[in-house]
Amino acid sequence: MSIESIIQKTVSHWMQASGRLNDVVISSRIRLARNLEGYPFPLELSESQALELINQVKEAVAKAPDGPFEYVSLSEISPLERHVLVEKHLVSPQYVENPMGRGVAINDDQSISIMVNEEDHLRIQCFLPGFNLEEAWDCAAKVDDLLEASLDIAFDEKIGFLTACPTNVGTGLRASAMVHLPALVMTNQVNRVLGSLPQLGLTVRGLFGEGSDAMGNLFQISNQVTLGKTEEDILANLSAVTSQIVDKEREARQSLSEGAKEQLEDRVWRAYGLLTNARLIPGQEALKLLSDVRLGADLGFISNLELEVFNELIVSTGPAHLQYFAGQEINSMARAGQRAILIRSRLINADREEQRC
Amino acid sequence: MYCEECKRKPATVHVTKIIDGKKHESHLCATCAQKDQMDVGVQPSFAIPNFLAALFNLNPEIAAPFVPDNADDTCKKCGVSFNKITQTGRLGCNQCYQEFSDRLEPLLRRIHGSGQHLGKVPQRRGGLIRQKHEISQLRVNLQQFVAREEFEQAAVIRDEIRKLEQGLEG
Ligand SMILES: [Zn+2]
Ligand SMILES: [Zn+2]
Repeated sequence: MSIESIIQKTVSHWMQASGRLNDVVISSRIRLARNLEGYPFPLELSESQALELINQVKEAVAKAPDGPFEYVSLSEISPLERHVLVEKHLVSPQYVENPMGRGVAINDDQSISIMVNEEDHLRIQCFLPGFNLEEAWDCAAKVDDLLEASLDIAFDEKIGFLTACPTNVGTGLRASAMVHLPALVMTNQVNRVLGSLPQLGLTVRGLFGEGSDAMGNLFQISNQVTLGKTEEDILANLSAVTSQIVDKEREARQSLSEGAKEQLEDRVWRAYGLLTNARLIPGQEALKLLSDVRLGADLGFISNLELEVFNELIVSTGPAHLQYFAGQEINSMARAGQRAILIRSRLINADREEQRC
Repeated sequence: MYCEECKRKPATVHVTKIIDGKKHESHLCATCAQKDQMDVGVQPSFAIPNFLAALFNLNPEIAAPFVPDNADDTCKKCGVSFNKITQTGRLGCNQCYQEFSDRLEPLLRRIHGSGQHLGKVPQRRGGLIRQKHEISQLRVNLQQFVAREEFEQAAVIRDEIRKLEQGLEG
C-alpha cells in the first residue's frame, strides 16, 4: 500500500451506509490522545526527537496483529495529497499545515488512523459507520493497548493520561457522532434541540459551516469533558443524547412527510434533478442537494439508490479530491465542472446497480 | 457593523439563538463572542488556544485580566514558561503538570468539573502504579507495627516491601 492506493481507495469503511440508526447517524468516531514519556510535547519537540519518536511508534505499530498499517510521512507527500487525507478525515486540518516531523499510520479499510506528533504525540482514531460508539471504543482501546505494550505512555495516577492541552487530560477521549438533521433544520428546531447540549457536557459543531447555517445539515456531537468520568460514562452520555436527537429528527421527518409530503417530495426530486443534470455544481450547493436527496432516499421517495453514495460523494467532491483526480490544480469553476461530472455519473451508477440486483 | 456588546470592535461573529421560540440575533466581536459562548446554543467555532487563554486569564468573578504572580516560572524539564503556556494553550511536556500543578489544578476543575481520573489505566505501566500503591500502603502498615513494637510482623512486612520493590526494579 502507498499514499496513492490510500487515496485511490475512495470508500473508507465509515462511508458504508451500515450500522445502527444509519438513517440519521452517519458515523461514530473515537479519538484518544496519548503522549510518550521522555519527550516534550510536539510543540516543543526538536526535529531529531520527532524522528526518533516516529521510529518508536512505527516499530510499535508494526506489531499490530490485525493486519498492516501503512505509515505515511507527511513531509514526503505533496500538499494536495495531505489535503486529500484531511478530506478523508484521516488527519486533522491544523495538522497538515506544518508537515515536518509528522506522519500518520492508516489501516487497510481506513477505519483506524494513528497521527504522530499532532497536538499530542499520538492521536488514535477509530471511525465506524452508523451509530456504533461502543465498537469504535473497543477498536481504539485495542490500538491503545497495542501501543502501550511497547511505548511508555505518560500517565498520572491522579489526572490520568497527560495531554498537551488540559482540555483533553484524563481519558484523552473524544467521542463523536456525526448526525444528519435535515428535518430539524427545515422545521427550525435544530437550535433548540442542539442548544441544550452544552449543559449536558457535550459540544456540537457543524461539519461544514456552523449553527443553523451548517452545510449539508451535518453536525458532529462530541463529549466536552475528559476528566473525572469513566470512558463508559462518557460514551453512555453521548449515546443517550444522540438517541434522543435521532428520535427528534425522525419525528420531524414523520411530521414533514405527513403534513407537507408534496413539498418535501418536490424538494427531493428537484435536488435529484439538479444533481443529475447540472454541469457546474459549487461545493456548498452539492452538500445542500446531497442532503435533500439523502433525506428522500431515507424516506423511501427515491428507492433505488445505494446509501453509501452520499458519504462517498461528500468526501470525493471536496476540492482536494477533485484536484488530485484531475491530476493538477484547478480553479473553483473547473472544480464545479468536475464535481458535476462526478456526482452525475456516481448517482446514475448507484441507481443502475441497484436495479440490476 | 460594530460589536453590540463592547461597541468598539467590528462584529465578526453572528449568532442566532432561539429562545422560547423567538429568534434573537446578536453580532459580536470575537472577544465578546468568546465570553458569550457559554450560553450560546450552537456555538460558533473558536480556537481552543484562545478558549484556554481566556480560561487562564479571566477571573470568573470579575472578568478582568488576571496575571499570575509568577508567570515567568519555567518548567524544570522542558523550559517552557507558564506565560507561554497561557498564550499557546499548550503545555510543554508532561512534567509541566507537576511544575505548575498549583495553577493547573483549579483550571482542570473549571474545565472538567473534577480533578480525579476515573478512566482507563495503562495495562503495563498501570501495573507499576498499582504496585506502588500497594507498597505505600504496606509502608503505612509497617510504621504502625513499629510504633506498636510488634517487630515480628514488621519484619514480615518489610520483606514483602523488599520483594515488591525488587519486582519494580526488575
Ligand atoms: Zn465586543
Ligand atoms: Zn514542561
